[in-house]
Amino acid sequence: MTERTAFIEAAMSYSAIFRATLPETALEVAALLVLVVDLVLSRRKEDQDDRTTLAAVLGVFGCAASFWAVCAGGWRGWNIDAGLLRPYLPLAGHDVYQVAILVLTALTLLLLIDSEFTRNPGEYVSVVLMAAAGGLIVATAFDLLVIFVGLELLSLGLYILTAFAKQSGKSAEAALKYYLFGGMSAAFLLFGFSYLYGISGSTNLIRVMRGVNYAGANGGAPLILIAFVMIAAGLGFKVAAVPFHFWAPDTYEGAPAPSAAFIASVSKVASFALLISISSTLCWTPGIFTAWPRILTVLAAASMVLGNLAALAQSSVRRLLAYSAIAHAGYILLGLAFYSWTNVTAEPVFYYIVTYGLTTIGAFGVVGVVERATGSDKLDSFLGLHKRNPLLAAVLLVLFLSLAGIPPLVGFWAKFNLFAAVLAVGAGPVSFTLVALAIAFSAVSLYYYLQVLKRAYVMPAVDETPIQAHPVTLAVLLVIAAAVVVLGCFPALLQSWIASFYA
Amino acid sequence: MLPWTIYISFAGALVSALCPKDKPVLARWFALVVSVAGLAIAVGGYAAGFSQPRQVFPQVFIDALWVPSMGIHFLLAADGISRVLVLLTGIAAVAGVLFSWNVDLRTNQFFAFYLALIGGVYGVFLSGDLFLLFVFYEIAIVPKYFLIAIWGSTRREYGAMKLALYSFTGSAMVLIGLLAAYVTAGSHSTALAALANAGLPVRFQMWCFPLVFVGFAILAGMWPFHTWAPTGHVAAPTAASMLLAGVVMKLGAYGCLRVGIGLFPHGLDSWGFTLLGLASWRDVFAWLAVIGIVYGALVALAQTDFKFVIGYSSVSHMGFVLLGLMTLNQIGVDGAVLQMFSHGIIAGLLFAIVGRVVYDRTHTRQFAELGPMHLSRRLPFAAWAFVFAGVASMGLPGFSGFVAELQVLVGAWQANPWWTIVSGIGIIVGVAYIWRALQKAFFSDVLPTAHELEAEQHHKLAPITWPEIAGVVLLGACTLAAGLYPRILLDQIEPAVKTLLAGGAQ
Repeated sequence: MTERTAFIEAAMSYSAIFRATLPETALEVAALLVLVVDLVLSRRKEDQDDRTTLAAVLGVFGCAASFWAVCAGGWRGWNIDAGLLRPYLPLAGHDVYQVAILVLTALTLLLLIDSEFTRNPGEYVSVVLMAAAGGLIVATAFDLLVIFVGLELLSLGLYILTAFAKQSGKSAEAALKYYLFGGMSAAFLLFGFSYLYGISGSTNLIRVMRGVNYAGANGGAPLILIAFVMIAAGLGFKVAAVPFHFWAPDTYEGAPAPSAAFIASVSKVASFALLISISSTLCWTPGIFTAWPRILTVLAAASMVLGNLAALAQSSVRRLLAYSAIAHAGYILLGLAFYSWTNVTAEPVFYYIVTYGLTTIGAFGVVGVVERATGSDKLDSFLGLHKRNPLLAAVLLVLFLSLAGIPPLVGFWAKFNLFAAVLAVGAGPVSFTLVALAIAFSAVSLYYYLQVLKRAYVMPAVDETPIQAHPVTLAVLLVIAAAVVVLGCFPALLQSWIASFYA
Repeated sequence: MLPWTIYISFAGALVSALCPKDKPVLARWFALVVSVAGLAIAVGGYAAGFSQPRQVFPQVFIDALWVPSMGIHFLLAADGISRVLVLLTGIAAVAGVLFSWNVDLRTNQFFAFYLALIGGVYGVFLSGDLFLLFVFYEIAIVPKYFLIAIWGSTRREYGAMKLALYSFTGSAMVLIGLLAAYVTAGSHSTALAALANAGLPVRFQMWCFPLVFVGFAILAGMWPFHTWAPTGHVAAPTAASMLLAGVVMKLGAYGCLRVGIGLFPHGLDSWGFTLLGLASWRDVFAWLAVIGIVYGALVALAQTDFKFVIGYSSVSHMGFVLLGLMTLNQIGVDGAVLQMFSHGIIAGLLFAIVGRVVYDRTHTRQFAELGPMHLSRRLPFAAWAFVFAGVASMGLPGFSGFVAELQVLVGAWQANPWWTIVSGIGIIVGVAYIWRALQKAFFSDVLPTAHELEAEQHHKLAPITWPEIAGVVLLGACTLAAGLYPRILLDQIEPAVKTLLAGGAQ
């Protein structure tokens, strides 16, 4: 390790830094470009729809450029310790998170084309791109300072995106709640980080890990425990794990549909990637610190139970999705907890996160279309959807069944892989009980997903006027649904693709 | 060849979903063509099974690695048991289409869900891989919900949701058990044959077996987890209740046999202690089956709704299947498989007569209202078809039910005479509830009032249509054929059961 570090340190220059941060840079440049172009167009009093479309398309191009920067070139897997300008080798395979973040961001932007909640599409798109850049940093950062900077870049973007529907009181309320909770959780996180720094004298995760090991063996365990609890609280907020989930239902309900989709997918992927980085370093201390997995296990069990039970009682589809997101976070945390017991490959966890992100973007896309047509996201606004727009109803059917984990859709394989991995890691009464709990509660979840599908397909329609969806929106939703079906029928496709990053 | 039953059913479901909405005739004929093609393949595959005499291992059609990381194979294979049940599915599918000829509401969607369900059922019976079987098993659940909730009758949303939740609870239990078995076996293949040979520890089998068995048995209508069955059957549209009783309940029983007994043979061993006179899971489940037989029959005797009678009779008859499985001897398990076939045909026929031939014309199923209608005079076809089906259901010699139940009872006697003695009560009550239903619904001596006679003159019941006749003839011929010459089925069932009980590959 040291030899390698020394070599890299010597070879480091500003051009190397530039090349290593090219994905983030591409997004930032695109963000600025979108702002300028939109400003010019708005001066010329161009049509609102055209401006939205152009901004979104430019944003997608930005994602594409960044995507290219991630995938191409020999610096794949490298990143910068920006705080100290010291390079390091991050965990293998973490660029797969960057790819996922970019794809999900592009999908969110394409869903924006149909929206009318703002008169400033340029600003919206550029904030999305900057937040996504934050996500890219978070996903691969390996230094406490960089992690925090990336998280704040992401979070600030999310607060703004939540508040973007200026005419809507709900949007402002949601943003304020999100902001207050977010600020507090960032404080917790920073507090935890400061302890880690105090213990180890470094912000680099590898050195932190070494310092923690040393301190743990020399009577520093209580301090470390406090740090772990604080970090778990901070990150638990980001992934909406019980008991740090209170912001989620309000934010999902109040935020404009594309923002909610972004929060539910991109932000989740980035936060879980970070959790994986942290878990994988903290658990390199075999035998000493079972505290971290234990904390995660408690969060996971609480999230699965409470998320699923609370979702049963919802009458708003967005709140329902929020509670289901909490439940899904619980399943993922369960995988993570056992991942950090033994540090086996994170592939099943990533598989779950990325397929969940994809499905949930589609779900919010459908909700957004229905909401625009009916003015509400109540369950009853989905009545007779199969008559009002058969394609939209079919997409909803596929996505919700996938979320419920019905084979042969991709959501089934996500759960299946994850639970099999958990059992494979820790075959014992504890892991077995937890997996049994998770499977039992995913059977419970079918009830609330069916509540929505029942209205779309079974119950008689009150209003049979067709719902029009923008062709691009419909195309994106169909692509997502098709991906959910195809990846479900051929589960090896996505698995081998993910595995290629870890190779 | 047999795998094509799966492919054409799913392809048919997709095409049917895309059919134009305003052309119900097209969707109907299309569904009939697809299901007849499925039946033709099933019959062909069944006939081909005779040319592979006494084979030890199932015939493998396709074996491709599906999920390499977990060793899950897309493995389709068939032995005698599978072939018999695939044949049953083919027959039930065709009959179901014939008896839903009058579905006018969202016809294309109806047949899309219908064919998807059929495809899933074919898939379960043909799967040679544990998780492939589970995937098909779950695929069959969702269409059932929609078929009942959209096209059903009495309390359909309640019945559909209850059925979906029961099914899902069952499959969740199965999934937990299967994952545990997979991890414990540590095998790199999830093919049933490979897992059966993996030598799962006896202690593990002891607790995993009941989990998996109960999970599957919920769908087979095992008492006390049967309550979804009557409400689900009653709520379902005719074709769906035919399929529910005819093939979906068999999915559960098949899972109990193939996965439960096939993978965890030691789960049935003695516990080493006796609790309330029960010494093993085998005793527990056998007594639950016996209770189901008697309880289902007694409750059927007390119903006032025609369809509930048939619904509870299904619980009773499925009890024979589970009892047959628990005998663990050749003749008993043979009987159980034969009873799956037999009940699939007879229950389909009974539900068709009650749901399609009678209810769709009279719009009531209450005995009190059917009695004064004198259906034996006004719908002689229905009355005599029901006499025929009822006699078959009672288990009279010459019908498939007789051979099947006799074998189960003989097998049960060998295992524990008390099982046979108590089940005998169920058979006697079985005669009683069919006679009672026959008398109350068709041959009632309640005289109609003058007013009712007048109404009768004005409201002629719609004449019997050709699809109904075709369906009744098809199902009736099958139960007669299997009853008069059971060898045609047993020749394939026996070697397969022998292999399975020997604890060999699957």
